[in-house]
Amino acid sequence: MAATFFGEVVKTPCRAGTEDEEEEEEGRRETPEDREVRRQLARKREVRLLRRQTKTSLDVSLLEKYPCSKFIIAIGNNAVAFLSSFVMSSGVWEEVGCAKLWNEWCRTTDTTHLSPAEAFCVFYHLKSNPSVFGSCPKKSMQVTVLTCRHVTDYKTSEPTSSLRTPFLKALKTQSFRESPCCSLLEQPNIVHDLPAAVLGYCQVWKIPAVLYLCYTDVMKLDLITVEAFKPVLSSRSLKGLVKNIPQSTEILKKLMTTNEIQSNIYT
Amino acid sequence: MFIPCGDSAPDLAGFTFLMPAVSVGNVGQLAIDLIISTLNMCKIGYFYTDCLVPMVGNNPYATAEEDSTELSINAEVYALPSKKLVALQLRSIFIKYKSKSFCEKLLSWVKSSDCAKVVVLSSSHSYQRNDLQLRSTPFRYLLTPSIQKSVQNKIQSLNWEEMEKSPCIPEIDDSEFCVRVPGGGITKTLYDKGCSKGIPMAVLLKFVSEGDNIPDALGLVEYLNEWLQIIKPRCDDPTESALPWKMPSSWRLLFGSGLPPALF
Repeated sequence: MAATFFGEVVKTPCRAGTEDEEEEEEGRRETPEDREVRRQLARKREVRLLRRQTKTSLDVSLLEKYPCSKFIIAIGNNAVAFLSSFVMSSGVWEEVGCAKLWNEWCRTTDTTHLSPAEAFCVFYHLKSNPSVFGSCPKKSMQVTVLTCRHVTDYKTSEPTSSLRTPFLKALKTQSFRESPCCSLLEQPNIVHDLPAAVLGYCQVWKIPAVLYLCYTDVMKLDLITVEAFKPVLSSRSLKGLVKNIPQSTEILKKLMTTNEIQSNIYT
Repeated sequence: MFIPCGDSAPDLAGFTFLMPAVSVGNVGQLAIDLIISTLNMCKIGYFYTDCLVPMVGNNPYATAEEDSTELSINAEVYALPSKKLVALQLRSIFIKYKSKSFCEKLLSWVKSSDCAKVVVLSSSHSYQRNDLQLRSTPFRYLLTPSIQKSVQNKIQSLNWEEMEKSPCIPEIDDSEFCVRVPGGGITKTLYDKGCSKGIPMAVLLKFVSEGDNIPDALGLVEYLNEWLQIIKPRCDDPTESALPWKMPSSWRLLFGSGLPPALF
């Protein structure tokens, strides 16, 4: 409880996130209809793997159908733009599936015209090189995750305003033997959400994995932020996948212009 | 589920299992951090679950450059075989409606590991105290029936206060009385399941408010230490002035980054 300046007493959120009493009360008042609604909501929120064009489910797990030695994941618009312009523009990539997910925060309904700014998950496999999403057993698979975070999330004894953004930091699992192409993320900094879920899984199951995290002060699609990922091109996972860097930079610039929203307060 | 770091699952028979409840002020978790850091406990495995928000970071107990690059996840298990202690650390909050399932899975594993007893470190909202609680010590304990026989005498000799029962539904005047731990997260669920499954479990908690809860965590570990004596009690050596508990290196910058000089 906390008292506000105006003298009202309000319930303050607890940073330990304890909604235990609310959950207990809900449990007491819950009817079979409530339970059914909750079950249906949980089913609606399940992640489904499909072939995008036909919208049919993939009947086996993606890695069983397309075992690979290099699994690269880009999360967020800038990371996706980097992967699209630099990696996927070199070579022919074939779409092998997508992950469909829904939750109460989803606003996008159009699944056919995707740009790096949309929140979706599409899986691609390199046609010319079967070892990337190819035919090697899972044990020798290496995972690379690319994502961005706002620089205010970065904790340091220096004031945040003195940091030169964007900058790259890495986190790696114990089985990842290579040196990452930037410095490691120091304590007490941590990572949450999907990148953390992927890295956590890899750490527990001893899969070599590395997360490259770009701290930036621009969260929308931005050329400088995307280019901050360039050091990753020298890593073992991405080496050999990028053929023509100047061409990729041009593709990136074109991507930026097509996504620029007219910033005009009168429209 | 428990996944060992090495090739085989360690033998935890007869060990004391320490764990936090994610509760107000995160006091239980801070206390477990102090225990793991002070005793230099070694990581023996992960409690891999989808019930907690995912989170990763580098070794929170790093003391030097060499050991700072080991990745840590949201639920990890540490052990000190010489003192027959095993500790579970939880580093993120529960996903809504998944806390009960987590308690089920955890307690089944603890039971099958044949641990001698479970000690849950927790906290409760200090603003929910009644008049009597306001005037007494802020520490409380709870024991499940299966542990009572073996520890009751020791607890009584320490003059500890048992957690009082309060109205189950506070808004109703003639409501029944039961054990409630407001702000305690999974504490009540763990305690109830501990009672029903016959698990020897003790809950140690402190009434706290959120803020800088480091002193509360230090208080809670000292309280635990009165009973379990995991480190030499301070009163034995009157010349001992320094804190016997070692704060982990990850406790830096708890309240954010450095301040911009322009502010002043």
